Amino acid sequence: MRRGDSRTLLLGFGLLVATALPVGAVHAVDAAAITTQGNGKGAAPCMGCHGVDGGGQASAGNPRLAGLDAAYLQKQLDDFANGTRTSPVMQATATALSEDERAALATYYSKLPIPPALMKPTTSMPAVDSVGAVLATRGHWDQQVPACVQCHGPAGVGVGAHFPPLAGQPAVYIEAQLKAWQQGTRHNDPLQLMQHLSNALSAQEISDVADWFAAQPLDAKGATP
Amino acid sequence: MRTLHALLAATITICALNACSQKASTPVTASTVPAASGTVASSAAVKPAVPTFKPPSETEIPSGPLGDVIRQGRAIFTDTPTHASAYVGNTLSCSNCHLDAGRLANSAPLWGAYGMYPQYRKKTGQVNTYGERLQGCFRFSMNGKAPPLDSAEMVALETYSWWMAKGAPVGVKLPGAGYPKQDFKPPQPADYARGEKVYAANCALCHGADGQGQQVAGRNVFPPLWGPQSFNWGAGMHELDNAAAFIKANMPLSRGGSLSDQDAWDVAMFMDAHERPQDPRYTGNLAETRAKYHDTPQSLYGTEVNGHLLGSQPTQK
Repeated sequence: MRRGDSRTLLLGFGLLVATALPVGAVHAVDAAAITTQGNGKGAAPCMGCHGVDGGGQASAGNPRLAGLDAAYLQKQLDDFANGTRTSPVMQATATALSEDERAALATYYSKLPIPPALMKPTTSMPAVDSVGAVLATRGHWDQQVPACVQCHGPAGVGVGAHFPPLAGQPAVYIEAQLKAWQQGTRHNDPLQLMQHLSNALSAQEISDVADWFAAQPLDAKGATP
Repeated sequence: MRTLHALLAATITICALNACSQKASTPVTASTVPAASGTVASSAAVKPAVPTFKPPSETEIPSGPLGDVIRQGRAIFTDTPTHASAYVGNTLSCSNCHLDAGRLANSAPLWGAYGMYPQYRKKTGQVNTYGERLQGCFRFSMNGKAPPLDSAEMVALETYSWWMAKGAPVGVKLPGAGYPKQDFKPPQPADYARGEKVYAANCALCHGADGQGQQVAGRNVFPPLWGPQSFNWGAGMHELDNAAAFIKANMPLSRGGSLSDQDAWDVAMFMDAHERPQDPRYTGNLAETRAKYHDTPQSLYGTEVNGHLLGSQPTQK
């Protein structure tokens, strides 16, 4: 091949790339930009509620998203959009996001590291024989309620795409979700597991188990019963 | 792969079981497992027993040396690989099949078993003590080796069982003991292809599409149902009636009783038609081993399902 040929080829390739790029950019979703600026079509910036680092806001009951399973996050966004999970803010946001944007955001947050400040819980650990601890680690089998950790993993660190982490999530958030399952405003659970379970729980148990999980470290390991 | 499965499932071949025990490698072709003999029980007739015995609360475990051993027994029971590592050959824990740390009725609770030993067992052809029965669990369900009867592990497990059975009558089969398999028969013969669908819809969520469970930091959260880390071909759970009764009463976790009788039998067959570790009593000949230890329609060992002779390629670690 002569030198001139290869130059022409290179030039041609360069043009191809140059013309291809803007086309690609139209479709590529900048998830990071959405988290800080919104998508310009009605979806508010995620960081406003979930924090710059995706760590959530405990006092407001806004959950951590950083490090959660991508498939789980995407399903939740899709379910907010289709109404099987309700929340005025999140339904409005998810509906304003395109399917591609929901997928990109789920991937983005799944790859964010867990903020170091969250690794050690800030709330105090309830006693091992407290109502919350017993429900979380032993269950209420006479009412067909297994220990929460049997599906959500040791101390509730989360398992796969269907059993999200509970450890270190805001107590306000966990409590609100259990009540939403109980009242049927949230019904996007596989096999209706949570809808059934939550019916057996008292308001006090819900509050106590939420406190227990909020106090668990995110790096817990070990066996589940 | 899914298509392949479907195709294979459509051409299930399985032994006429008695014939197989003599000549397992030339199975008779049939589409389903033979139905259990006897009258077909209606769903209403097979409700799990309502327990009359209630084990003591965990908070009643005494303090002091006795309580320490009871607690050690519970620890072994719920995290067997960690606390009895020398005797365990897979990743399972006792509590995977004996739910609520061995306390739950219709999930083979320890309080229902403890008072039933010593007992003559067909499986061993001998009168076995409770300790010897536990040894069997280690050898088969845990795919490991039997802890000596005077080992710390065995003493702890027996002490935990004794504590849980306190106040229960001796030699009486209590309601809720074992798995509720009395009169529990499949309306139609169990079927692999139907079982595969039941599995995908109800079980794969936790146990995985490949049946290998789900782990966190290398530890089971959901146990593997077949393959190298599951119970071996000698374990009771490989028999269809045990598996179907356990599944019907207890699965999916928190939704026990929600599957139809047929679904429970079909999915039990699907689970038990997968390869797992070899029966430690294997003689070197599959047909002979089947004839000697598996001569029952409840065992698929040594029979052919989906063109595969079960037990011919046991999984290895």
